[in-house]
Amino acid sequence: MRGSGESVYVDDQTLVASGPPPPGSFGGGSRRSHLLGMQSAAAVSTASTVVFIGAVVALFVFAPGAAAVRHTFFNPQQMKEAFLGDPRQGLYSVGKGLILNIEMFLIAEVLILFFALVIAVLRQLRNPVLFPFRMLAVIYTDIFRGVPLIIVIYGIGFGVPALYLKGISTQSDFVYGIAALVLSYSAYVAEVYRAGINSVHQSQVAAARSLGLSQWKSLRHVVLPQAVRTVIPPLLNDFISLQKDTALVSTLGAVIEANRAAQIDSSTLFVYSSYTVAALLFLCLTIPLARFTDHLIARDVSRRMAGGTAVR
Amino acid sequence: MSQPELRANRDGPASTVEAAMSSNEAIRIMGVHKSFGALEVLRGIDLSVAAHEVICLIGASGSGKSTLLRCVNLLEPVDRGQILLWGQDVTAPGVDENAVRRHIGIVFQSFNLFPHMTVLRNITLGPTRVLGTPREQADELGRALLARFGLAEKQDDYPDRLSGGQQQRVAIVRALAMQPGIMLLDEVTSALDPELVAEVLGVIRELASAGMTMLIATHEMGFARDIADRVCFLDEGVILEQGPPKQVFTAPVNARTQQFLRRIVDAGRL
Repeated sequence: MRGSGESVYVDDQTLVASGPPPPGSFGGGSRRSHLLGMQSAAAVSTASTVVFIGAVVALFVFAPGAAAVRHTFFNPQQMKEAFLGDPRQGLYSVGKGLILNIEMFLIAEVLILFFALVIAVLRQLRNPVLFPFRMLAVIYTDIFRGVPLIIVIYGIGFGVPALYLKGISTQSDFVYGIAALVLSYSAYVAEVYRAGINSVHQSQVAAARSLGLSQWKSLRHVVLPQAVRTVIPPLLNDFISLQKDTALVSTLGAVIEANRAAQIDSSTLFVYSSYTVAALLFLCLTIPLARFTDHLIARDVSRRMAGGTAVR
Repeated sequence: MSQPELRANRDGPASTVEAAMSSNEAIRIMGVHKSFGALEVLRGIDLSVAAHEVICLIGASGSGKSTLLRCVNLLEPVDRGQILLWGQDVTAPGVDENAVRRHIGIVFQSFNLFPHMTVLRNITLGPTRVLGTPREQADELGRALLARFGLAEKQDDYPDRLSGGQQQRVAIVRALAMQPGIMLLDEVTSALDPELVAEVLGVIRELASAGMTMLIATHEMGFARDIADRVCFLDEGVILEQGPPKQVFTAPVNARTQQFLRRIVDAGRL
């Protein structure tokens, strides 16, 4: 109400503003100043990046032990040798080791994708005949998700050969390493699959079953395809960590190498710069995988947004 | 409609089937009870549906309409009572529920299309994977059905590209592709924008005039009055009143039916 009391109705003037708000009243501005805003944002982020990197570099240059660290971890000569390997000095090429790791990773990944799916599906089936398998699947995931990978690797790598089983105890560290990775990671990946399966709405199952599809067929044709699509980003995340965890398998061989180094007592053979090279090479593999995962997640999000507007 | 075989291994006497044929009865529901925990949803339902008959179930939300439909195609097991389809007890132990379901089409309120499949694949999944129809033949049937319901150009689209009305029509076609003897429709227009309701109701009218046996749970009273041979009013898990739509809608006998219809009229829905 207006105070004077002369007007009992609300006139058009109070309902409709007298005109458009003046330019810039929403905090924006002309196209030109918008461009300037973008430029200044770029300038700020560049400056902060430079300062940050400068601080990190300064740490390596001015820290009390910086020279020693540079010498042991960033020795260019040693890094080069570590990368190429020098058979005369008994140095193995880190690059070659990495190729071995990739082979191990690829084989393990395929096996994990398969075994984990079997375990996830076993946990899902409600057929009473399959109860023992379901229970085994639960026990398996509980155990291997709880035990550190390094212990599984030692257990298989040193335990299985000690059993003196014909054909099984005479395999290479390569095989034991893959077995340990598959055992450990299948438990994690099975849980990822299971989360994906549970994310598919019950009404989808009802629709499939009402067509006469059996429980297995609805799982196979309706639930699993949707579940797998949902869990691709988290699966890739697990494979990034699998990729670097393959390095742990080298502990099987490294124990022997370390013993030998101790016997000869030649510390020059133990080159820390090789670890830096290995770390850099691992990053070369895991960073593209991480970006690829990001890309898939972004695509998934935009697709869901598109789907949301299309359904009406 | 030939007599579908509902049991995996048929051991029932042939006379039952003959009796059903002569009585021309598609569905017989006898004393069906169903509870979810302490909540008693169905409290003794008796209903008989003749072949080619269209029955509309009306009643407030929570009166048990959807649960009754889900019991008929065995998505929910009944606690007590029997359901006979073409004279065969499908609630008896040892019945192959998948075999029963392939003769009953059900359409849900929320469409429930498979989002990872094209429209045509949604429709051919049942025929190819359950009936063993060869892919080309199933595609042909699917295309023919889509064309019949004005969806021919949508066959390669994914469901999220379709309007709600189109999705629901595809869901109806998906059920029809199994060539069911009975169709169950569970509030198929309730999730649709008002302007999309008519196209879906049109499809159902076409089915009714083609002689499809249908059990329809609906809130569309005008539609129920037009299409139903018989209207059943459900209230708290029992059928309180049933009869031809004219009788139920204009001269309801039961006080609760009168009350329900008055509310519907007041809401402008009839």
